[in-house]
Amino acid sequence: MSRSLLSIDELGVAGIQRILELADTMAEVNRRPNPKVPALRGKTVCSVFFEDSTRTRLSFETAAKRLSADTMTFAVSQSSLNKGESLRDTIETIAAMGVDAFVIRHASTGAPWLVDGWTTASVVNAGDGWHAHPTQALLDVYTVRTALNRTGGFEGLRVAVVGDIKHSRVARSTTAAFKALGADVIWVAPTTLLPPVVGETATDRLDDVIGGGDGVDVLYMLRMQNERMTEALVPNLREYTTRFGLTPERAARLAPQTLVMHPGPVNRGVEIAVDLGELPGSVINQQVTNGISVRMAVLYDLLSANPDSTSDIEINDAVAAARMEQP
Amino acid sequence: MSEKRVLAPDDVRRATTRMAHEIIERNQGLDGVVLIGIQTGGVWLASALGAEIARIDSTIPVGSIDASLYRDDIGLRPVSPAAVSDIGFDVDGATIVLVDDVLFTGRTVRAALDALGDYGRPQSVQLAVLVDRGHRELPIRPDFVGKNLPTSGDENVSVTADGVVIS
Repeated sequence: MSRSLLSIDELGVAGIQRILELADTMAEVNRRPNPKVPALRGKTVCSVFFEDSTRTRLSFETAAKRLSADTMTFAVSQSSLNKGESLRDTIETIAAMGVDAFVIRHASTGAPWLVDGWTTASVVNAGDGWHAHPTQALLDVYTVRTALNRTGGFEGLRVAVVGDIKHSRVARSTTAAFKALGADVIWVAPTTLLPPVVGETATDRLDDVIGGGDGVDVLYMLRMQNERMTEALVPNLREYTTRFGLTPERAARLAPQTLVMHPGPVNRGVEIAVDLGELPGSVINQQVTNGISVRMAVLYDLLSANPDSTSDIEINDAVAAARMEQP
Repeated sequence: MSEKRVLAPDDVRRATTRMAHEIIERNQGLDGVVLIGIQTGGVWLASALGAEIARIDSTIPVGSIDASLYRDDIGLRPVSPAAVSDIGFDVDGATIVLVDDVLFTGRTVRAALDALGDYGRPQSVQLAVLVDRGHRELPIRPDFVGKNLPTSGDENVSVTADGVVIS
């Protein structure tokens, strides 16, 4: 069986630590004048994105290329899916071309698990529905680990995740990763934007968790998805910003060592209403840079130690050979 | 499995001292000479050689390189980088002495040479090993050897500052 990265829970604490340490090695590669190593020569990584993405897709492709893997991009809008080909047939067709890993993003929760069951290639979940986005979570904890030099874990670290928790796969995965490493996570959101069942500590008062001596160490702002406005979950964006946005007044109250994070893309003036240059603790650009190192670590971890994997082509050959032998 | 100690701590220390002298002699001084230990076994030896060279003559830069991502057996067996490469000096034009504890098939050295090439173009690369146990699979030969040790291919050779043990 091939190995896949589908969720933080399935990766486990030991797996998270393994990826983070591997990411240190990859970050050193990325600092070189020629940031490329031959580690995954001959491997093919195919990205299949059923939802729009700028940074995740480019980040995965850059990561694969820096490891010398070949990359394929499946453009959903130009594909035979429009002729009615099913997801399963599509995946099996691509797999038959000889793919070692699928990077998949889909609007439906659980789609990467289905794909994983259809192919012997590794599958990386690049976001499924409201459910999980494990590589975003890994780059988030890697960013905090390097920024605060906390290689031993996050015991005692306090993290606030602020915004639309309900619709956010980033919130779920990054919360799981921070907690797995020992951090305390609090969710800050209007009750309309919390999931029906809240397993975490939650509050609707952002001012209670920031600033002063007892403020959080990490302020993780989520993107306020404009499309939610039509569902009347918040009165209007200005009121959202007043209560849950990082306004100039709140930025001034932040302790200077507080890290400010955001998964991007930032809705300027909504969840972050100050110039990022005026936020000394902002590590939002480091998150993007670290994303490449972390995704290199994930791809290398999945594709390097796979001595018993059989590619779909070999299986097809074996099936064909078995048929030939029958009278 | 029986263990046989072939070098005692004093033997390792004396071999290191002799190799330090040889490195200085071969290069007619230390102009442009740097040491790079191959992760992980070569790192302690590179710093031991660096300390000896500093005692005999003058201090030279010591770095380390992890060649895991350049290996030719990725996918055949689990290959995991053990540590982050640390090369804090300019490789272009330098005379580099690659350092490893044991020279066996030569595949690690091949990988390290490829890795080094991504940092720059050295003037020359020399190879120092504490133990040459034979069984080369590539045309690679050491310039400085602590001890030539005939072994069979399935034996395990462990090298530390506390000595060399075959098991």
